[in-house]
Amino acid sequence: MSMRKVAVVGVGMTKFVRRAQETPKELSWQAAHMALESCGMTMDDIDSACMGTAPDAFDSVHMKGEYLSDGAGGWGKPYMRSYVGGGTGVFAPIQGWYHVASGMFDTALVVCEEKMSSYYPHGQAAFLTIFDHTTERPLKPNLLWIFALEMNRYMQTYGLSKAEIAQVAVQHKRNAADHPCALLGDADITVEDVLNSEVLAWPVNRLDVSPVTDGAVAVILAAEHVAKRITDKPVWIQGVGWTLDTSYWTNRDLAYPRYVENAARMAYEMAGIREPRREIHIAEPYDPFDYKALHHLEGLLLADRGQAAQLYTDGIAARDGDRPVCPSGGLLGVGNPIAAAGLMKIAELFWQLRGEAGARQVPGQPKRGLAQAWGDLMQVGTVVIMGTNP
Amino acid sequence: MTSKNREFPGTPLSEKDFEQGKILFLHDEMNGQYAWDTGIGIGRYLAALKEGYLLGSHCRRCRKTVIPPRTVCEQCFRPMDAFVPLQDTGTVNTYSLCYVTWDVQRITEPEIPAVIEIDGASPLCGIMHKLGEVEPDAIHIGMRVQAVWKPPEEREGAITDIRYFKPIKEKGR
Repeated sequence: MSMRKVAVVGVGMTKFVRRAQETPKELSWQAAHMALESCGMTMDDIDSACMGTAPDAFDSVHMKGEYLSDGAGGWGKPYMRSYVGGGTGVFAPIQGWYHVASGMFDTALVVCEEKMSSYYPHGQAAFLTIFDHTTERPLKPNLLWIFALEMNRYMQTYGLSKAEIAQVAVQHKRNAADHPCALLGDADITVEDVLNSEVLAWPVNRLDVSPVTDGAVAVILAAEHVAKRITDKPVWIQGVGWTLDTSYWTNRDLAYPRYVENAARMAYEMAGIREPRREIHIAEPYDPFDYKALHHLEGLLLADRGQAAQLYTDGIAARDGDRPVCPSGGLLGVGNPIAAAGLMKIAELFWQLRGEAGARQVPGQPKRGLAQAWGDLMQVGTVVIMGTNP
Repeated sequence: MTSKNREFPGTPLSEKDFEQGKILFLHDEMNGQYAWDTGIGIGRYLAALKEGYLLGSHCRRCRKTVIPPRTVCEQCFRPMDAFVPLQDTGTVNTYSLCYVTWDVQRITEPEIPAVIEIDGASPLCGIMHKLGEVEPDAIHIGMRVQAVWKPPEEREGAITDIRYFKPIKEKGR
């Protein structure tokens, strides 16, 4: 394919908090401003703007993309908001990537924002409308149902215990203790803490779930000739992939995310990766629930089916292990402002691959990482592979 | 950058800030009302529920029978070939014991949502519904269940015409 090389050259991020005083526009601006500052650019250098943000229901604002445009640097630019549910945070940079890879623009500002706290009494209720209005919503489902149902099927299929899965929450929340923006970092949390937390929807306990969060993240993408002028350490987007499975979620295999595999294979092929377990040095799979990180590691072909928990048991997934998983702290630890959470994983890879992740730095000069998100009614897979080589 | 940047923007608020009146905010309620057309596929499904049976649809090319029925096969993007009446029995594919309501209020008696693979549909093809007349401890994946219907005069052509699914007593027990 005759596409231009695209690099991430700057990133910015707000703190992830339970409730921010700032409005969605203000959070977006703070992240975008920090991203520009980080690489010495101004809006005059930005050719296009991409916005990622999840359901309009959180803010009760129609045309949320336009609403956020001034905070997201969209004014007077080619600007578009994308939305693929929870997958948005890794899809928005893919949109920015094809803006630049196509030759259409030399630079793109990508901003993802979420403010879940405005919805009363609890952000979860905004998700009611993802269920089919005629065949499912009369049963008064809540969002936890589908996760609990999928987690139970996953556990049963592979004979996994809740304790094995809880290791994921523990590791991610411990990793997040080193993230200056984290909402739920906890260096001392144990598997018992997770197992003893309140049961919300068995097999899901409170600490198996990521929290309702406000926050924003921004990244700046540039074509090769621009990127090399801006920084001597660009982080290249080597591969992207995204796919969708059937929206009839009760008609498919809940134990294995086929759509993630399809997205991953697309990205691996573009990046020229044949052996992902050797060639991906850092994985940031989407982890709104602890079992989802395992589910996704398997879909990404980074673990055999039913075997991802073993990576945690054996220390392979630890920050200083052979194949670190979510050194950022993930959604479980840093927080889950839906779209911003996915882009946080892109920001983490940027910092890690430049050796700038501070206390979270993965040792051994990692050269390549993968970020993945997932969403809609459990059927969108989005994958980005980033590396130190073009 | 996190090794260089010590300060990140964003101002966290706590409940106290609201209780003590330190923060100004506007509270509003949105009231959206809708009347959703059922369409052709789901319209037939609801009509069948009113009659007291479950309906699927069949794609000959994909050799697949799915539920709820639809007019187009998303796999081959052709029209479905036929609507097919299915059994009102099935197998628990997965379930949960849920202690919170849709708006995150706590409840003591759990609701028991489940995905039930319906007899007559293709493997792994089921619907979301609830389980009833069963002790939580007795439920297991693979359990055989049957729909408990509202009486005909109470049915209105809705998924709630089935109250829940209950276990089928297996022979020899």
